[in-house]
Parts: sequence; structure tokens; C-alpha cells
Amino acid sequence: MTPILQAINVRKAYAAHVALDDVSLDIPERSIFGLLGPNGAGKTSLIRIITQITAADEGEIRVRGQKLHPDHIAEIGYLPEERGLYKKMKVGEQLLYLARLRGLSRPDATQRIKGWLDRLDLKPWAEKNVEDLSKGMQQKVQFVATVLHEPSIIILDEPFSGFDPINANLIKDEILALRDKGATIIFSTHRMESVEELCDNIALINRSHKVLDGSVRDIKNTFRSQTYEVEGRGRLLVTHPDFEVLEHKDRENGHFYDVIRLHAGTSPNDLLRYLIGNVEVHAFRELIPSINDIFIRRVQETMPESLLETTPA
Amino acid sequence: MDKIWLIVQREYLTRVRKKSFLIMSLLAPLLLAGSMVGIALLSSSSKTDVVAVRDESGQQLLTRLVATEDVKFVPATGSSLAAATEAFRKDKAKQDALLYFPPTFTLDSAAGVQLLANGNVSLKRQNAIKKAVNKTVGDLKLSRSGLNQSTIDNLKANVELSAVDLTQEGGRKNNVGATTGAAYLLSILVYMFIFIYGVQVMRGVSEEKSNRIMEVMLSSVKPFQLMMGKILGIAAVVFTQFALWAVLSWGLTTIAAPLLTDSARKSPPVAAAAGVQEASAARETPTADAPAATTATAAPAADSSPLAFLDGLPLGSIIGGFLFFFLGGYLLYSSLFAAIGAAVDDQTDAQQFMFPVTVPLILSYIVSINVIINGDPNGPLAFWLSMVPLTSPIAMVMRLPFGVPMWQLLLSGAILVAGFIFTTWLAARIYRVGVLMYGKKITYGELSKWMFYKG
Repeated sequence: MTPILQAINVRKAYAAHVALDDVSLDIPERSIFGLLGPNGAGKTSLIRIITQITAADEGEIRVRGQKLHPDHIAEIGYLPEERGLYKKMKVGEQLLYLARLRGLSRPDATQRIKGWLDRLDLKPWAEKNVEDLSKGMQQKVQFVATVLHEPSIIILDEPFSGFDPINANLIKDEILALRDKGATIIFSTHRMESVEELCDNIALINRSHKVLDGSVRDIKNTFRSQTYEVEGRGRLLVTHPDFEVLEHKDRENGHFYDVIRLHAGTSPNDLLRYLIGNVEVHAFRELIPSINDIFIRRVQETMPESLLETTPA
Repeated sequence: MDKIWLIVQREYLTRVRKKSFLIMSLLAPLLLAGSMVGIALLSSSSKTDVVAVRDESGQQLLTRLVATEDVKFVPATGSSLAAATEAFRKDKAKQDALLYFPPTFTLDSAAGVQLLANGNVSLKRQNAIKKAVNKTVGDLKLSRSGLNQSTIDNLKANVELSAVDLTQEGGRKNNVGATTGAAYLLSILVYMFIFIYGVQVMRGVSEEKSNRIMEVMLSSVKPFQLMMGKILGIAAVVFTQFALWAVLSWGLTTIAAPLLTDSARKSPPVAAAAGVQEASAARETPTADAPAATTATAAPAADSSPLAFLDGLPLGSIIGGFLFFFLGGYLLYSSLFAAIGAAVDDQTDAQQFMFPVTVPLILSYIVSINVIINGDPNGPLAFWLSMVPLTSPIAMVMRLPFGVPMWQLLLSGAILVAGFIFTTWLAARIYRVGVLMYGKKITYGELSKWMFYKG
């Protein structure tokens, strides 16, 4: 199946620096895709190219295999990191205006606005000016504005910043509902832990390069380091030919906490068997790296290289 | 195109629905009508000054001082200057000043004359009195040299100059008052509205920028559409305002006219009032029988037609030209203002960039007044001012009432269109980069770089 959105060797340079260098992505339909990376990595540049705010210098974006075209605007919903609405405009009118700019007819838009305002408890505020709303409510209005035209691709830049936990959950549920209805969601964030659990696929971007991409499960598998966390009681040998103790903590009453890495050819069951014969095991858990850890590792691996790139010879 | 139309609608409706717009639209014609009534009442109530005269020169000056419309002379009461002064003080309601001729006053050394009054004497009153005294003394001198009064009266020349415009059909009488008034009024309207609404465009853009709504908008529309939508929407607001003012001030002056006609016939109206009248009437159907126009008889000898003051003015080209050059100038300047709004982060930074935009606007107004109204409306400098697109919206509109050859109108119009296409293109290039640029100190060098960014 063709991915709903593809970036092919995209390059974008500004006067002073290169924002994106040879970035390629495949974003499968009906998935949640995480576009991750630190501030200034190039995420927003890529999104602005996808939303046709700017154009790529080289390479191209394809929507369902088609080269990006102005008509695609109606298919994309974009919630920028910099949120903003017309402050002196009424909520209802503002939503109508934004929806019509994205190609919705007046009756269609009116009906959908009603539905959304009902769902997000904004109805009493429809006739109020945006400036009279609380920050959280403005965020909700902004979210509605993003998805009102039922785009098949929804791009959310730092989606949960500015929401309190209750509203963040509300929005999270709405996003999942949209995904279930067939939309493709792209999260862009530098706070990787906030979207890790939601994403099916991710791409890591650092210093205008794509560092890593793939499904979250695959990536985590690749980055498994055969490290296990053990808690128990008794005395544990510190050296062993099959594994290595990375960290050891003694606790009261003979309890201990260890982080153990298996050497190649050793299975977790081998370790467990050894442990059962020697100590009383209370907990045994594989240490799976978070996306954040993976990212940091990956960046550190590529760091010397990128330093070389930027240092004049 | 649909999107521009939506943006135009929003920009238009949000502004027209504002209370301030309504207040402006209602208040301005009220103020106009009110000030006209005020002027008419003031000029009608400008009474003849009564000047008490104490003559100690023995020249029988009091009997010879001739009363005019402005001033009338009565003998001062009291047997001395002090007594006269005292009487004048007590009786100040009836007398406006006390004129004193000392005993030393003779026809040959006409010095030492004093004018005593409560407070300052206005220059106009002083001049009227001085003129009367001069005439009297002059007449006395002439008769002393042996001329009798009828010879003296015969010697006086009373020349009336009547300028005729040969370019008009049948060489109609040239109506300088109305022409100058119209030139002032039209050009100040263009100047004010370009300024006020150009700054509104700038504010609107920088508001969108500081509201951070730009990115939301730009993911649905092109920067150019957003900019043009705003500029055109505000242009529609201006024309609505014009239309409202025209209708309202026409209506109000129609109501107010009966109050004015009497007093207005007596006193020539102030040029500005005449011009305002002219313009509001001109925007209406020129043939409409506007009784209000009778108040605006800039030509002192009012003709039978109420619209006589419009005689000799090329109305068609004035109305058409005004609308065209206003729109052209507005588009030209407001796109520059939009670019400024897009380039800066907040309004205070805008000042330094507004300077080069406002200077040609202000200069073209000031220079045009000197060159066109006070100089030669068809001279070479006037010609060039009305060709350069930065100055032509004001200069050409100022020239319109004096009559401008058609080829110049067309040429200037074409240059103006080319000019605003160029500035719009330029502004769009700055705009599209500027609107998403935050937290950067903008310099002219930076701006010029933006013009050559691609994509």
C-alpha cells in the first residue's frame, strides 16, 4: 500500500543554515506517526513544507503518491506550535471562517461546528469573543479548527503543550477517535515521552538529518541491550562468565537491586535459572530503552561525525 | 480567488461592525453640518463694531469718518480723555473701542492716534478702523489741495477682476473659490485616508502576526491572498465610509439648509465649507437639486441655479479621477504598510520603517499645495508630481478641479497601476518571509535579502 504521505530526499536551506538535509519519510495511512527531535532539528520546517507554507529546495512531498498540490490543503489539518486565533472574533464565526478557508461550504461547516462545540463543552462560548476564553478553552477551539474540515492527515505540533491533564486526555481521546475513523495523525514534538505510547511509527530528526525511523516496536527491539533489572534477597556473585553486573545496590535486610547485562549467547532464562539457584528473586524485568534514551544514544553516536561536519578543516 | 473573497468579507465585516466605525460614520457628517451651521451663525452675527471717537485735533474728523459694514463711529461722551475712557469702560457693552485723536494730530503729522479697548483689539478690527481713518485723512488732504468731493470720488478706481477659463466650453467664468476648495478638500481626503487606512492595514497584519494566527492562516491560504484580502477588505471599508458620509452629509445639509440660506446670502462662506459642500454634493448625482448648495456660493454673486458654484468644474473627471487615484494610491501605500506590519515583531519597531513610507506621502501633500494650488497647476513640476506614482495620488487629485488633459490622466493612471503592481509584488515578497519570522531584529539589509528568497 502506498503511504499516505511521503517525503523524498527533502532539502531546505535558509540563508544561514540548512534546516533539512536529504530527509525521506514514509507515513503509513491510519497510523499515528511521531516526528521527534530536539528544538531546532528541522521538524517545523518539514511540516511547513508539507502544509505548503514554504516549498522544499530539493526533493518532494507526495500525498498518496501524488506530488503535493494546492488541493491537498483541504486534506491536511495543521495545529501549529504557535497557537493563535483572532482575539476579537467570536468563537463560532472564527471556526466558520477557518473552515470555509479550507474549502467547506457554509451549511456543512455550521453543522460540524455545532457538533464539535457540543462534544467539547464549548457551546455556551460560541458567541463569545476568543479573548474572553480561558487559555485551555482557546486551545480546544484551536484543536476544533484544525480538524473541522475532516482532514485525512492531521499534523499536531507539540499537541499537548498548553493543555491541563484533563483536557490533554480529552484531546488524546479525540485524536484516537479520529485515527479510528481513518485519519492519519502526525505528532511533532521534542517531548518524546509525551507521545511514545501513542505512536505506531516514529522518525527521529536531529540537526536537519533523519537519524532513525521505523515502527516503535522494531526500533525498541533493535535497541534492546539485553539488560535486566533484578530485585531480591541474598548474596549475588559479582562476576560470572555469562553476564555482567552493571549496577549493584545493597538494601536493608539483605535485599539488593542489580542491573545485569547478558553476554551474547545467554538467554534471560539462563540468568533466571542462575538467580533462582542462588538468591530469592522478588522482581525480574527487562530494561527496555525509552525513545528518549534511544534518541540520546543515537545522537551521541552520530555526534563526533556531525561535529566534524561543522568544524572547518 | 474564493479565498481572497472570504478574507475580504471578514476584514470588511469585522471593521464595519465595530462601534468606532459607526460613530465615525455618523459623527463626521454631524460635525460637518454642525460646523457649517456654526460658521454661518458666527458670520451672520458678526456685528458692526461701534467705535467711540474722541477728537481733540479740531479737524472735525468724526463727521468725516465713513461708516462701513464692519465699523461705525459715534462721538465719545465726556469732556476729557479720562472722562471718555471712564464712560467707555462703563458703557462697554455698546461700544467696542475708543478711538482717540490727540490735539497734536494734524493732516501732515498723523501720529499719536490711539485705540483703547477692553482687552486686545483683533487685527481685523484694527485694520477696518485704520482703513477708515486713512481714507478720511486722505480725502481731507485731497480736498485741501483744492479738489472737491465729486472729483475725489471720480478719481477712485474700483476694479473687479473676472477670470475666464478658455478651455471650458463657451469660455465660462472661472470659479477660483470652488476650484481651490475642491483641490484642497479632495487632496486632503486622499492624504488622510491613505494614511489612516494604510496604518490600519499595517496594524491588522502585525496583529495577526503577534496573535500567532499567521501559521494557521498560511496553512490554508497563500500569503499573497491573505495580504490582498486584507488590503481590499479595508478598501471596501473606506468606500463604505465615503458613501455613508456622502449620503448623510447630503441629508443633513438638506435639513440644515433652510436655517442657513438667509445668513449665508449675506456673508461669503469660508472656502473650506464651500469645498466640503461641493464634494458631498459632487458625490451625489450632480444634477440633484441640493438646496444646501446655495450656502456654498463661492462666487459672491449667486446665480439663479443652486449648483452654480459647480460651474466650470470638470465634475466627471473629478469624481472618476478622485476614486481612481485614491484607490491606486491606497493600494500602493497600503501594500508597503502591510510589508512593514509583516516585517516587525511589534508596533514600536514599526516606526523606523514607517518613516520612508510616510515621508513621500507627507511631502507630496505639502509640495503639491505649494506647486499646484499656490503655483501653476499645469506647470512642469506639477506635471512630474502627478506622474511619479508615490506622489501622483495626491498631486493628480489636487490638479483635477483645475482641469487636466486626458492624456496626462491616462498616462499617470497607467504609471500608478504599474507602481502598485510593483509595490504589491515587493510587499508580498517581504510579507511572505516576514510573517513567520519572530524574534529577529529586522534591518533594511535583511529586508532586501528577503526579496530574493525563493519558495
